[in-house]
Amino acid sequence: MKFRILVPLIFGFSTLAFARSWSVKPEVGKTVLQSAFDKAANGDTIFISPGTFYETDLKISKKLVVIGVQFPVIDGKQKGELLTITGAGTLIAGLIFQNSGYSGYLDIAAIRILNTRNVRIKNCRLKRNFFAIYCQRSSLCTISGNIIESDASGEVLSANGIHCWKSDSLKIINNKISGHRDGIYFEFVAASLVQGNVSSKNIRYGLHFMFSHNDTYLNNTFRNNEAGVAVMYSKEVKMFNNHFIDNWGSSSYGLLLKDISDSHIQGNKFSKNTIGVYLEGSNRIIMERNEFSSNGWAIKIQASCYDNTITGNNFLDNSFEVATNGDLVMNKISKNYWSHYTGYDLNRNGIGDIPHRPVSMYSRIVENNPTALMLFRSVMVDLLDQAEKVIPGFTPENLKDDAPIMKPLKL
Amino acid sequence: MNKMVKYVMIDILRNKMVLGYTLLLLIVSLSVFSLDDNPSRGTISLLNLILIIVPMVSLLFSTIYVYNSTEFIELLVTQPIKRSNIWTSILAGLMSSLCIAFFVGVGLPVLFFGNSQTGIALIVAGLILTCIFVSLAMLASVSTRDKAKGIGLAILLWFYFTIIYDGIVLFTLFQFSDFPMERPMILFTALNPIDLARIMILLKLDISALMGYTGAVLKDFFGTTWGFGVTLSAMLIWAFVPAWISLRRFKSKDL
Repeated sequence: MKFRILVPLIFGFSTLAFARSWSVKPEVGKTVLQSAFDKAANGDTIFISPGTFYETDLKISKKLVVIGVQFPVIDGKQKGELLTITGAGTLIAGLIFQNSGYSGYLDIAAIRILNTRNVRIKNCRLKRNFFAIYCQRSSLCTISGNIIESDASGEVLSANGIHCWKSDSLKIINNKISGHRDGIYFEFVAASLVQGNVSSKNIRYGLHFMFSHNDTYLNNTFRNNEAGVAVMYSKEVKMFNNHFIDNWGSSSYGLLLKDISDSHIQGNKFSKNTIGVYLEGSNRIIMERNEFSSNGWAIKIQASCYDNTITGNNFLDNSFEVATNGDLVMNKISKNYWSHYTGYDLNRNGIGDIPHRPVSMYSRIVENNPTALMLFRSVMVDLLDQAEKVIPGFTPENLKDDAPIMKPLKL
Repeated sequence: MNKMVKYVMIDILRNKMVLGYTLLLLIVSLSVFSLDDNPSRGTISLLNLILIIVPMVSLLFSTIYVYNSTEFIELLVTQPIKRSNIWTSILAGLMSSLCIAFFVGVGLPVLFFGNSQTGIALIVAGLILTCIFVSLAMLASVSTRDKAKGIGLAILLWFYFTIIYDGIVLFTLFQFSDFPMERPMILFTALNPIDLARIMILLKLDISALMGYTGAVLKDFFGTTWGFGVTLSAMLIWAFVPAWISLRRFKSKDL
């Protein structure tokens, strides 16, 4: 029994011991990188010296450690892909990849991770690429500390920063992504972790995922994206401590949830978004300890959502707190702090004595007749809202917080 | 004429009510800005003040002032002065003194605390609203001899422009909800100076994003430099036309 474990161990160490290091310098007119990758044996380390390599369609099909010294540049001159990795266990670090090709019908990527596992892309910089990092049918890969920038100008001519398709157990950590179509895009990606990334100024979504179950999103910042963050058709999603900021525009959402179920959204900050959170067809979501501040609408919850729990959140200075499109409300809203709350607390237990109705008369009118927004902040509208507060008649009967907190929660 | 404007102005500025108005505006704006560390929120709070208080005070004060100086006007008419000169001097005196009151009460705090494009739009809107409602007050006071009726008319005008008009607009919107109403809305806005002022300031606050398609249409129209010019000129027409009608009536009025 012992022997069985020992043999592969010894064998493993011995291959390590024989692993060699190579060094590559740029040479004019020669494809030095690809020949180095071909020459190197499994497990070798390749150090790339500073300089610019004009090489495309590089392929790594074995386990290599490729390290750039003082950020050498691999430039595609806007033709084709730069690097495809099929070798499991490969590590790429400290390189600059720039100017990949562009195509209207092919997904051209600067770095493609294809049908493999355990690949790590660390501390690289990717500039002006079509797709920057494309992870396809791979698992257990780590993409961390990269700075990914592009200067996309339109949705059609641009592609995603980190694009993952049919993969699982990925780790996307501490990357900075800007100027792509979607910052991070997941499709059929399971059990992955997205942590500490900053996705900003992308021309569509900061984060976009579909059919991606059991994923966790921690401490990310999504700022100033044209359309905010959209997540669809997924379940068991955990979103903790993310920031959704400044997604301000006529069709912009802090977080758009479409057909998301059994998920947990906690400790996030939604600030200055046109719509903080938009829920459609989403069920059994728990939203707690989030902060909604200075949004146009804090939450828009469509009548197609049920069994969601919204509790212990702070709603501060939003133009509209909650909007909905139906009368039937089957969600639980309780123990939140609402800055629009005008009730009192006679027994001083910190909980307001009369329920708070976050759906104002006017938000109801606007939902039915968007043109009425022209009367925003007019005296008549204030009057209507006050009248509705005293004698509720039009706002949904069940959409209320029965135990509103009197003071903002410390989050 | 300059002499008369000066006299009217000094008379009004010494008036306790105008002093009180200035002080009220000053206290409210100072407290709004010192309570809130975010100046843009202070600007929004001041928006309500400008849309309610400024038109009301301008209307009521001017109406009452004109009625109270009936004897003085009669005395002036006996002198070799043109009637149009008398009327325009009173108008100019009222406008300038109330504008000074507004500028001291709101303009200076805004420039000091929340000096931004929005702040400047707020000041401009407030000043023009003052002029508009002074000129409406002149129209109200020239249309009837009875002081109580005149003041009643002024109150009714204020009520109409702040609340009733928007109610009618909302009603119309619902009646015609099957039709695209975005462009007619621009016309509706132009027919009420308070709405014009409100939209002008809201667009500076970049609220248009909230409004979706309506906001886009409004922004396309009012948000551009050209639209800003149109808004301003619409408001100036609102200030000019009632004053002109009142002047024509005053000229031929049997005092």
